[in-house]
Amino acid sequence: MLTVAIVAIMVTMFLALIRTFLGPTEYDRMLAANSFGTKTVLLIALGGHALSWHSFLDVALLYALVNFVGTIAVMRFFEYSNASEERDDPGAAA
Amino acid sequence: MMVILEWLSGLCLLLGGVLCITGGVGLLRMPDFFSRVHASGVTETLAAPLLLSGLLLQMELSLDSVKVIMILILVLATNPTATHAMAKATLHGGQRPLEFANDKDIGGDGLSKP
Repeated sequence: MLTVAIVAIMVTMFLALIRTFLGPTEYDRMLAANSFGTKTVLLIALGGHALSWHSFLDVALLYALVNFVGTIAVMRFFEYSNASEERDDPGAAA
Repeated sequence: MMVILEWLSGLCLLLGGVLCITGGVGLLRMPDFFSRVHASGVTETLAAPLLLSGLLLQMELSLDSVKVIMILILVLATNPTATHAMAKATLHGGQRPLEFANDKDIGGDGLSKP
């Protein structure tokens, strides 16, 4: 059953990767990348147990932290990028 | 006792895997960003604890299971936060849900709720 779960996670990672390439906006790409990162944490935890390589759990813990901080940082970067362009247009007209 | 734990672990892993694939298909097939963030966020928040508790039921009690519980708490705390931050950033960035695509004055600064 562990193998089934690992295969399901890998299928989901593939679907998220397709969305990352297709994504019309940068927000879609970031959402898919965050989803991919969460699935990577699960894959590392389950795969480490399946290979009985127990130090992989530390890697999964660290990856969860880095994934969250990275998502928040990139979202802060993107947050006002389009709105500032919209705000610039009326200012230029006036 | 061991058989019950094995079955319970298998059930958790199977349910988590099914939810995982559901979230992936929703992420790929939904029409706009906000439905995608819904599909991905909701299923991930349930799939990750199910998979990790399925893993937890298979290990014997040691420091490793404490680490798995820490990953579980971390994922449960950070995943809805990241989803909320992404939806808020998208609303600030000028995207609108498909239903309100023609209403320009809904939340002009992204702060007021539709």
